[in-house]
Amino acid sequence: MSDQDEQITAFLVEAEDVLDQTEQALLDLGSNLGNGDLVDAVFRGLHTIKGSGAMFGFNELADFTHKCETAFDKVRKNVVPATGELVSVILAACDHMRAILAGDANESRGRAILGNLSEAMEAASFIDAPVALPQGQSGWHLTFRLPPGALGTGAQPLSMLAELADMGDARVMALTDAIPPLCDLDLGEYYIGWDITLVGPISRDQIEDVFLFMADDMDMSLVPLAEEGAMSEVQTPTPAAETSAPVADAAPAPAAPAINVPALPDHAEAAPADSGPRGADPMARQAAAMAETVRVPADRLDELMNRVGELVIAQSRLSQLAGLSDDLALRSVAEEMERLSGDLRSTTMVLRMVPVSQLFSRFRRLVHDLARETGKGIELVTEGETTEVDKTVVERLFDPLVHIIRNSCDHGLEDAAARAASGKPASGTVRLMAHQAGGQVVITIADDGRGIDTARVRAKAEAQGLIDPNATVSEQDIMQLIFHPGFSTAAQVTNLSGRGVGMDVVKRTIEMLRGQIEVQSRAGQGTEIALRIPLTLAIVEGLLVRVGQQVYVIPLSAVEECLELSGEDDRRSRGRNLLTIRDRLVPFLRLREMFSPNAVADLFQKVVVVASGDTRVGLVVDQIIGSHQTVIKSMSPLQHQASAFAGATILGDGTVALILDIGHLLNVASPKEERLRAAG
Amino acid sequence: MDKTVINWAEDGTLEALTFDIGGETFALEATLVREILDPLPVTHVPGSEPLVGAVVNFRGRVIPLADLRMAFGMAHTPPGPDARIVVIEINLDDEPVLIGLSTDRVNEVTSLSRQDAEPPPELGLSWPRENVRTMVRRAGDVLLVPDLVRIFGRCLKGAGDTADFALSA
Repeated sequence: MSDQDEQITAFLVEAEDVLDQTEQALLDLGSNLGNGDLVDAVFRGLHTIKGSGAMFGFNELADFTHKCETAFDKVRKNVVPATGELVSVILAACDHMRAILAGDANESRGRAILGNLSEAMEAASFIDAPVALPQGQSGWHLTFRLPPGALGTGAQPLSMLAELADMGDARVMALTDAIPPLCDLDLGEYYIGWDITLVGPISRDQIEDVFLFMADDMDMSLVPLAEEGAMSEVQTPTPAAETSAPVADAAPAPAAPAINVPALPDHAEAAPADSGPRGADPMARQAAAMAETVRVPADRLDELMNRVGELVIAQSRLSQLAGLSDDLALRSVAEEMERLSGDLRSTTMVLRMVPVSQLFSRFRRLVHDLARETGKGIELVTEGETTEVDKTVVERLFDPLVHIIRNSCDHGLEDAAARAASGKPASGTVRLMAHQAGGQVVITIADDGRGIDTARVRAKAEAQGLIDPNATVSEQDIMQLIFHPGFSTAAQVTNLSGRGVGMDVVKRTIEMLRGQIEVQSRAGQGTEIALRIPLTLAIVEGLLVRVGQQVYVIPLSAVEECLELSGEDDRRSRGRNLLTIRDRLVPFLRLREMFSPNAVADLFQKVVVVASGDTRVGLVVDQIIGSHQTVIKSMSPLQHQASAFAGATILGDGTVALILDIGHLLNVASPKEERLRAAG
Repeated sequence: MDKTVINWAEDGTLEALTFDIGGETFALEATLVREILDPLPVTHVPGSEPLVGAVVNFRGRVIPLADLRMAFGMAHTPPGPDARIVVIEINLDDEPVLIGLSTDRVNEVTSLSRQDAEPPPELGLSWPRENVRTMVRRAGDVLLVPDLVRIFGRCLKGAGDTADFALSA
């Protein structure tokens, strides 16, 4: 990859980030229209995209963003108040910017957005702005010279002039006095200075923003036309230095104090990062904030994890050898190594964990759009966003959650009239919650809508021949039918949902993640769908057990208790494989018969009771060895038929142990599941 | 399924590793071979196809250990003193897959000549004809070049002709 390609890739990644942040700020702004900080945040985002887009040759992007920025600048300056309409248009504009970055932008769509934008601006301008239009701002007299070497760093004086001319009435004069004789002329240098008289209601910030990328070394003077002549020339060495000085808002531009104040945090924030070559550049500011984070491709992390796994194995061999030796120095090194590799392993394991807020924040936009599409008032409440989940899990949860949330918004929540009739607040609430429970994370999507109409689900299922009209099926089982492929109760297929695709995809994805879905619904009060997912696909905290000659791993999160299988129980249970534990009948599986029928059973067999939801099953093993935390390796696709196993792991002595797939074993043991399969 | 093509070099030769399994000598493109290992501790995988009935730890990765005897109708014998594991990488369904082959003995890397190659005869074979791409005569012996893509492709999900095997209580 060439240097430039790398830079462009970095730009694309960063632009994506900035767009995400801008979108979040816009969504916040949507629910808090008066917040000046949010307005500033959105403006900064747009400005950064424009600036860096132009730098990396994304002219279409820079051009489009520039128009949005110009419009939004009026909001920043309190000329026009922020409105919900405006926020939506800018959100759409952010989508268009993404499309431009991805290279599949539709030009007419861009024009339509800009059209909407000016309409929204027009509409908003009829609303009384919180601060009146600035008066008496007649214009500026500006002279500037680019710093030496500016052309080499990508400065484009012509585009700066064009930008300035866009602001108002501009009279531009070239200052040619510094041009050297031809023999001394350096082709790479830019010798022309510019003298510009700008007439119009323009703020100092607007002008300084044009020079954002080179403000530091530039020779520039900026004087309000009103003051010219009255005062001797006010030198503004660099705008950033000036505005970050304590007296900043007292000295210049007395004509428009109201304008400078809201914009001040923008520059004040930039000042500490001022040491870089482009201190006032918002990208540099961004970079300073991002310095804490390093992007690493996921496969490198996997590689690291594998190496650490190998290290741990090698280390345990070393410990064994040291244990046999009398050499105290060797033993102490081995102990040190053991501690270090243990630390290293736990550090590596948390590297892949990310907070679910990454996932949740993406749904705010979805709900915002759904609310507009359906015309319903929908509020999204998120809880437990700091819960950490493996990166891969987060990525794979996105699609299922989209389906569930769409369903909640489209089918679940009623329209305002129906809600009012049943005494609910006019706008519906979708709650998105996460919390950790043992080795699992539980993600709950709850709405306060009409709930699942089990009678309707049943009628539909009977009509489709999914269940026998005479069969007795429990409420819970009926609700599970919504996950059946091709099942939808929406009488009308809408843009959002009702095609019957989706919920079965949800179920399949969750099962692939070794998770479970629970549905609870009360008619008229709402539906709650809980997804229980293992925290990570990469690590398992397991109970090591021996069956026959081999060691197996049972995920600790599923283990409820361990018991001894007394000889009496053993004999009594023959033929029916049921065990009485505290007056409850628990079915059990003899793993030895399933896994190594030829081995002779140990005299004192143990029962490990595992559970998922309400289903419990006992697993009879020969010996319980202890607990073990390790990296999960997936099984080879060649061995997919070994469905009793969710994966494999490498033990301390380097041998491979298989990890039991509890969901599968429960299916095998549980008659209820079979009935459901027969019904489904 | 068509037989997997053998990429003979322009001069009609092929670098191949030869090894013995169950009294037959096999030859495999040397480019497929990743490593030759001493026997490793084996973990049996209950419920998997007998052909790939075990796994081993190959440098921190869990890879299936395949017993080609199963594909050639040979009796199982315990590993002898010369037993080695040949780790190969083949493409199945466009995915690279690592497989360990348990062998009785690894012989040598040698150059096979296309002139000595001939298709397996229609009759008189004790193994499925389609499991061999070609046979190569060499020093009074016959080397079998197995069609690993075909042999292992059957173990993949949705490969149709696999037995519907499931664990039951």
